[in-house]
Amino acid sequence: MQLFPCPFCGPRPETEFHYGGEAGKVRPEPAEAVSETAWADYLHAQANPKGVSREVWVHLACGEFFVLSRHTVTHEILGAEAMPGREA
Amino acid sequence: MSGWRLPEGGAIDRSRRLSFTFDGRPLTGHPGDTIASALLANGVRIVARSFKYHRPRGLFAAGVEEPNALVDVTRDGRTAPNLRATCEPLVEGLAVAAVNAAPDAGGDRQAWIDRFSRFLPAGFYYKTFMWPGWELFEPRIRAMAGLGRLDPDHRPPGTAPQIDAACDLLVVGAGPAGLAAARAAAARGERVLLLDDQPEPGGSLRWLGGTIGGADWHDWVQDTLERVAAAGGRYLAWTTAYGIYDHGLVCAWRRLGEAPDQLWRIRPQVSVLAAGAIERPLTFPDNDRPGVMLAEAALRYLRVWAVAPGRRAVVATNNDTAYRTAAALAEAGVAVEILDIRSDSPAMATCDLPVHRGRLPEGVVGRGGVTAVRAGGRELAADALLVSGGWTPSVHLWRHAGGRVRFAEELAAFVPDGAVNGLRVAGAANGRFGLAAALADGHTAAAGAGPAPQPELPDPAYAFEPAWPRPDAEGRQWIDLQNDVTLKDVALAAREGFRSVEHLKRYTTLGMATDQGKTSNMAGLAAMAELSGRSIPEVGTTTFRPPFVPVPLSILGGRRRGQFFNPLRRLQLEPEHRAADAAFREYGGWLRPAWYARSDDPGAGPTAVAAEARAARQAVGLFDGSPLGKIEVIGPDAAKLLDFVLYNRVSTLEVGRIRYVLMLSESGVVFDDGVVARLAEDRFVFSCSSGHVPAVRLRLEEWRQDRFDPARVFVHDATSHWATLTATGPRARALVEVALPQAAPALAELAHMTLAESAWEDVPLRIARVSFTGDRSYELSVPQSAAGRLWARLCAGLEGHGGRRIGLEALLTLRAEKGFVVVGKDTDGLTLPQDLGMEGPLRKRNDEFVGRRSLMLPDAQRDDRRQLVGLQVPDGAPPLPTGAHAVTGQGPQRRSIGYVTSSYDSPALGRPIALGLIERGRARLGERVRLLHLGAGLEATLCAPAFFDPQGARIDA
Amino acid sequence: MMRRYSAWSLVREGLRGHTGWPEAWRKPERPQAAYDAVIVGGGGHGLATAYYLAKLHGMRRVAVLEKGWLGGGNTGRNTTVVRSNYFFPESVALYDFALRLYEGLSRELNYNIMLSQRGMLMVAHSELEMEIAARIVNAMQINGADAELFGRDQVMQKVPLLNDAPDARFPVHGAIWQGRAGVARHDAVAWGYARAASALGVDIVESCEVTGFLVENGRCVGVDTSLGEVRAGAIGLAVAGHSSVLAERAGFRLPIHSYALQAFVSEPVKPMLDTILFSFGTGTYLSQSDKGELVIGGGLDRVPSYGQRGNPPVQEQVISGLLEMLPAVGQLKLLRHWAGIVDVVPDSSPLIGPSPLPGLYLNCGWGTGGFKAIPAGGWLLAHLIATGGHHEISRPFDLARFETGRLIDEAAGAGIAH
Repeated sequence: MQLFPCPFCGPRPETEFHYGGEAGKVRPEPAEAVSETAWADYLHAQANPKGVSREVWVHLACGEFFVLSRHTVTHEILGAEAMPGREA
Repeated sequence: MSGWRLPEGGAIDRSRRLSFTFDGRPLTGHPGDTIASALLANGVRIVARSFKYHRPRGLFAAGVEEPNALVDVTRDGRTAPNLRATCEPLVEGLAVAAVNAAPDAGGDRQAWIDRFSRFLPAGFYYKTFMWPGWELFEPRIRAMAGLGRLDPDHRPPGTAPQIDAACDLLVVGAGPAGLAAARAAAARGERVLLLDDQPEPGGSLRWLGGTIGGADWHDWVQDTLERVAAAGGRYLAWTTAYGIYDHGLVCAWRRLGEAPDQLWRIRPQVSVLAAGAIERPLTFPDNDRPGVMLAEAALRYLRVWAVAPGRRAVVATNNDTAYRTAAALAEAGVAVEILDIRSDSPAMATCDLPVHRGRLPEGVVGRGGVTAVRAGGRELAADALLVSGGWTPSVHLWRHAGGRVRFAEELAAFVPDGAVNGLRVAGAANGRFGLAAALADGHTAAAGAGPAPQPELPDPAYAFEPAWPRPDAEGRQWIDLQNDVTLKDVALAAREGFRSVEHLKRYTTLGMATDQGKTSNMAGLAAMAELSGRSIPEVGTTTFRPPFVPVPLSILGGRRRGQFFNPLRRLQLEPEHRAADAAFREYGGWLRPAWYARSDDPGAGPTAVAAEARAARQAVGLFDGSPLGKIEVIGPDAAKLLDFVLYNRVSTLEVGRIRYVLMLSESGVVFDDGVVARLAEDRFVFSCSSGHVPAVRLRLEEWRQDRFDPARVFVHDATSHWATLTATGPRARALVEVALPQAAPALAELAHMTLAESAWEDVPLRIARVSFTGDRSYELSVPQSAAGRLWARLCAGLEGHGGRRIGLEALLTLRAEKGFVVVGKDTDGLTLPQDLGMEGPLRKRNDEFVGRRSLMLPDAQRDDRRQLVGLQVPDGAPPLPTGAHAVTGQGPQRRSIGYVTSSYDSPALGRPIALGLIERGRARLGERVRLLHLGAGLEATLCAPAFFDPQGARIDA
Repeated sequence: MMRRYSAWSLVREGLRGHTGWPEAWRKPERPQAAYDAVIVGGGGHGLATAYYLAKLHGMRRVAVLEKGWLGGGNTGRNTTVVRSNYFFPESVALYDFALRLYEGLSRELNYNIMLSQRGMLMVAHSELEMEIAARIVNAMQINGADAELFGRDQVMQKVPLLNDAPDARFPVHGAIWQGRAGVARHDAVAWGYARAASALGVDIVESCEVTGFLVENGRCVGVDTSLGEVRAGAIGLAVAGHSSVLAERAGFRLPIHSYALQAFVSEPVKPMLDTILFSFGTGTYLSQSDKGELVIGGGLDRVPSYGQRGNPPVQEQVISGLLEMLPAVGQLKLLRHWAGIVDVVPDSSPLIGPSPLPGLYLNCGWGTGGFKAIPAGGWLLAHLIATGGHHEISRPFDLARFETGRLIDEAAGAGIAH
């Protein structure tokens, strides 16, 4: 059982969290101007790093999304930040 | 007969006698005995048969490392399989049976297999059984494999507690090192959690004894436990820490005997691992015979249970620790000779027993048990051979936590190396053997202040000299006793190239038995090193994974069983529905009335459903729709958020009006449907499917926080606050007007797809005219606290209007008559809105919304997509089976073009109706299609999905 | 020359102490400087690819480069189930091809992989699930795979230990039955392919990590390894959960998330379960190994990970599911648990085809289902490498589907809630 640090609630068991995707993706739009490749890239392509990863997670208990930095092999937690403008 | 009970001594209650049976033979023991000690005391030599060759086996160890003595234990008619006799306390009335032996361990019928062992080397099954086919051999091999027997009638309930705990210091092992650590931390006022896998504290003190800080060890242990308790800590006996997991979580299995076992999940600030060490065997021909036992185990049997393993013992060793066993046995009256690989040592120098220097056993005589030991060309008469090959520190938990190990040449063992945050290893587990060393190491590990506790005597020397398996010796030498892996098997693995540790393990099954190689892994590594001309560290270490010992599945499953397993959501009005004879079923995680019928007769359900559907069409049906989602979206940007997240725009909706909407995933797939009502300029309520509420809320939140100004829009899931009772049918208005006279004026003005906020008695009331049946419907929402009152009021008028309560099945029938979909039933994970005939928003909208780009992809534009249609069966034919596929082509060209998603016998139409997703369906209305269901052919005609009142004339009727 | 395995050779060797068995496969210490084809990854898929390249396409200069020990990834970590009970024709074509190859594999490789076609039950617990089960059974039958829809009594007869108590969370309504589904000895599949490939001249190099790709004129012409540079006419990638890591070294990204998938083994008991059992309600599945151990699996972990180890939350979920299905199993103990890193693709279907870097071919994205596809995955990747083009069976699984949107979403097709 890993402990994830919610920026608003503190360390909580991993089962209270839901993975939201890799951090830093920007939705390409408007649709008319987005190539199929660019859309597939946004929707599906992943860095999927072996090592340090920055990911969006949501703490289901409080409903806040945040960015979690962690190591995907050791599972060490390197930090958690609220979304910009959402600091606690 | 070889083991025997000493006339006095031991930590057993000799005043009481416990009866038990072994393989049907009545025996007795005493409280304080384990099954193993009682068997030994009764002189039982053969306690088990080995896994592969069915060799007779005796007790080999006294603790968790025991590889042989697995037993099925029956108590009060319930059997538990594969228990380790060394770890089970003796209880009155146990029926103990050796595993893998028939009729009993002594006279096992399958003992003949051993004579064919030369044809059954490691991995023999990979090389044969290919002709005529493995399937002919497998059943017989399966029947011979396995150990104990599962008792099919013993179904343990899910009652094991799972306990979360935290502490300043966790100490694993209440031997001298662990106790010293606990004592040091308690002295600082730390909360200590001290675990030990034995029912009694003290670890090796219990058989080695000693004086610590001037006190007898008993008193020192007791004093330490009192100090731990005084500082707010706790000692848990009979509790095995079996694994360390991510982020330092330690899991432990606690046994209580009569009460259910417990799982402890412990989060310590710091842990001290003082799990001790495990004695190694020596490898020589026939080293698996009953009577061969680890030297320290013999000492333990002697001191703790007052049982000697025989009358004439040979002690064979490569270190000085076995001399204490020899001395104690001699003192108890056992004739003892010593074989020692070394030529000299401190213990040897002071030993007055016969010592054969520079010798180890070269074999044993006796099939059913040792009668003599071969050494130096002689046969030494003996009924017990007690071996010590040195000690292997228990680094298991350290390795679970990612700790490194190094090979300590002086111990010929892997010991902890480097650091792991919050984790320390102490005592024998750290390669520090001896009482003084353990006390000092434990004290240091817990950063104890002042001097460490001191024993009276200094530690004797270990004086160890490695004695590894010798591949040049004749005969069969066992490496892994339980899985019957011999040195020849390791040699074969080396010859065939299975030389890495993992290949060795997998090819020979070495270390894969239920003892997990606790006494065999080091010998296996050493043998492979020798055979492949490498050093032990070059061969590597096996992976240590949790659990350290086999752990009951029951504690891992805990109480997540039966109704606690993914618990169903229950309606506020469940008692009312039960009183009205509702039959309940699960729908989207909710337990809801399927229909109302007085009888359990299988025919009663369909009859009731038909009657309910008919009543709703002819008069009025009353339905509990409380699980319907009610997610409020509030704030100046509420419309913007919803416009983006939904397929249909709602910013154009007038206040008080309602719109049917779809919610898509970014892949364009229909994720949910529902209706959005605009309560105010800046306030909407989204009624999504009951099963999708948490996911819909999360999607709204994600976009709210990621794309919009969260200060200008807020999402609130109010689903559980409101009960929603729906009246549907031509007399719905009459029913509601009579029941709620206050609301009558509001009702009069309420058009289809509008909503009014009103009040009823002392509570707020929302009335929405939304219809899932095609008939005039009123959804009445009140706070849950008023649900019972409103239900009662509506029910009171029901009969007078010719109406009925209707369950989910009738509602599903009514909506299918209208061709309304249930997302997830009539759609699948590939269904796009255009497949449901909803191209409008995609064509008309030029703003961004979720899923938009995907709807423009080539695949979304294909003209052969599966589309929602109705299916009509020929006159007189029964309803289509849901799940039947429509097919085209013949023979190998035959393929599915879609399938039936919903199918009912429509009471309103008096004939079957069905919905389906069919390739190019909408272009093919009127066409006949062939269907297949479980091999049988069927026919249907494609039609528009709305079967009943296609013009929608009834909505205002 | 490969020494033939048979009952006779076993007896002969038995009489002389098994001293005549040669190495199961040759063990070159380092790769040669150049090959016609290099396969990255010495698991089942990589070894099968090399075998079929040599066997069917006559390629003699082929190497398999393995970072660790052969078969040590998901091939040695899975729950050994082989089946083809899929919904879409494309999937059935692929997995049934694999199953057919499995059916002849022991003899083809002269290595007993212990394929045991004892059948698989997928238990449905409500009328809605029975409708979905019917949908899947019909799809399988139409697509030419064997399948039956079982009623409650048939299911209880096959597995009398199933929970039929009145308070069972998931009452048994029926099941999908595939009789040809089975289990096979996972290590034997890797070892059998390795031995047969080696006999055909394939170099299998263990402890050889691929650290980069040699690119000339926009084409991949070899790999950098921990044991030096190796040039190759074509390179195949068969590294499952580590595909993204190598893709990054090759300069592209894949639609893959790596997750741990856990497996659990109980102590061995005498035969008590003769089929493979899966429950739609609990998501737990199990079979009993020939040794008597229960081999248990369940859903993916919730946290993307490359950590090959188990953890308590999923353990509780899977084991409680097991006990809810088979309460009597509550008598047993957990002996081992571990995890493999699986490569999860949005539509849960594999990626087979050319990569964005010419000369480099992909075989990945198998998610939780790689083991059952090993022979087909290897066969199809060999076809790609040897011919430069798709076989009809692999074409739908090309990476291009993510741009056209033509996903083969098994979870969705099977009606599993999305």
